[in-house]
Order: sequence, then structure tokens, then C-alpha cells
Amino acid sequence: MASALFFYVFAVLAVAAGATVILTRNPVHAVLFLILAFFNAAGLFVLLDAEFLAMLLVIVYVGAVAVLFLFVVMMLDVDFAELKAGFIKNAGVGALVGGIVLAEILALVGYRGLTAASSLNVAAPVPAAGSGITNTQALGEILYTKYVYFFQGAGLILLVAMIGAIVLTLKHRTAVKRQSIGAQVARGPKTGMEVLKVPSGGSIVPPAAKHPEAAE
Amino acid sequence: MTIGLGHYLVVAACLFTLGIFGIFLNRKNVIVILLSIELMLLAVNINLVAFSHFNGDLVGQVFALFVLTVAAAESAIGLAIMVVYFRNRGSIAVEDINMMKG
Repeated sequence: MASALFFYVFAVLAVAAGATVILTRNPVHAVLFLILAFFNAAGLFVLLDAEFLAMLLVIVYVGAVAVLFLFVVMMLDVDFAELKAGFIKNAGVGALVGGIVLAEILALVGYRGLTAASSLNVAAPVPAAGSGITNTQALGEILYTKYVYFFQGAGLILLVAMIGAIVLTLKHRTAVKRQSIGAQVARGPKTGMEVLKVPSGGSIVPPAAKHPEAAE
Repeated sequence: MTIGLGHYLVVAACLFTLGIFGIFLNRKNVIVILLSIELMLLAVNINLVAFSHFNGDLVGQVFALFVLTVAAAESAIGLAIMVVYFRNRGSIAVEDINMMKG
């Protein structure tokens, strides 16, 4: 009974928060309600015995991605009231498409009466309740063995995303003088010093100093 | 009453539909479009975990993990593109993104 009550609390709050995300006028509020939706989805995951994914959702999604959104929303100085124009104009077609999709999914769920399949080929069975194996351990045991290449691929995707985000947003300022450690280390007596013959009674104008910064 | 697979599927369907609706509703605002995509991915994850639980198969949770990974990478790249675009054009309205005339 208690789990049913928790399910309804989490489900209603998740859907309500999701609705507020798309309806609110302030994007900062939208991001905060998205965080609420993620928290409630994490609660649903706990009810489904997926504790590891629930904690992952809270830590990675609420802690990293949503805060990243919050940073960007607060950093960009955008007139959001102007962006809301046409809100009502698009609502009709949006409601039409969304309504059709929702009706189709609900009809499918209701028609097939989707329940747990008994004769299914289970690739990696969930450990029994009394076996003492936690969800995290069971997940790690197949993730690091059977799906290790996919795991590595996921890491590669994150690496590419990280490098891409850095390359995109890094601004290279040409006016700033920077220390070039390579040029400093490579500098020796041969390149750092020049012996000039000064003719007696004459003078020479020294050539322009060859600093690596000046060459840029 | 017991909570079955159908209950979770209905919640996920509602969240997915809200994501679609949000894209139509906030057609000018790239930030809210990205938030809507996150909502849709969350709905997909709820589906995967619900099927994983009720079929007793752990692979659904592994797949949900990968979906989370890709979603995080996607939002990071999307936000980076948005920041660069705002720096160049001073606006993030979707109608202004027509430089390539596609």
C-alpha cells in the first residue's frame, strides 16, 4: 500500500513538474522544475529497485547537467519575454501532435495489456531479493564484463563531448602576451646571444630583439 | 492495489508527450527546447527501467545508463554551441539561426 502511495506521489509530482517546465515564462524556473522532475523520477527508480540509476540521476543530472543549464541560462543576457511571443499560436498544433502521440501510446499500452513477459529470454537476470547482491554490484558485474566495450564507447562519447565543448567555447585572445615555456627552454647560448664585431670608430644598430612573443 | 508495468508506462508517456508539446510551445527558445529533450529522454529512461524491473532483466538498466551518458554529452555540446552562438549573434532566437540557409 505504501509503495502505491509513493508511486502516485512521485508520478503526479513528476508530471506536474514536467508540465511546469514547458509552461513557465522564466527559464530559471523551468530549470528548477526540471530538477524537481528528475528528483521524482529518481524516486520512481527507487521504487523499481534501480537504486544505482536513481542516485546517478540525482548526482549526474541534478548535480551536473541541470546546474550547467542553470549557469548558461543565468549567463546569457536574453530577453526571454520576447522569446515567448507566439506561445499561444503554436499551442494548437502542439496540443494536436502531443495529443495524438499520447493517445497512441496509451492505446498501445491498454490494448496489449503490457505485463511482465514470462517466456522471455532474459539476458542478465536481476539478482534475487535474498541473495545479498545489491543493484549496484549486479549492474557492475555485467557492465564491466559483458558490456565493457559499450562502456568504453560511452567514455569516448563523454571525452569527445568534453573536448568539443572546450574547443567551442575557448576564446583565443591574440592581444594577450603569454609565456611560452617551450621557447624559453629551447633558448640556449646559440640563440640567446649574438657576438657582433663593432668596427673601431663606428657603431652598429642592434637588430630587433627576437622574442617569441613578438613573433606571434 | 498493486502498481504494475502499465502505471509506469503511462507516467513515461505523459512525460514524453510533455516534451513534444514543449518543443512546439516554445519554438523560439532554444533553452526550453533542450529542456524538453531532457524530459523526453527521462521518459525513455523510466520506460527502460520499468521494463527492466518487471521482466527481471538487468540489461534495461544498462541501456538506461548509456542513454544518460549520451544525454549528458548532448546537453553539454548543445549548451556550448548556444554560448558560442550567443557570443557571435547576441541572440538565441531560433528564427535567427538561418545563416546556412538550409
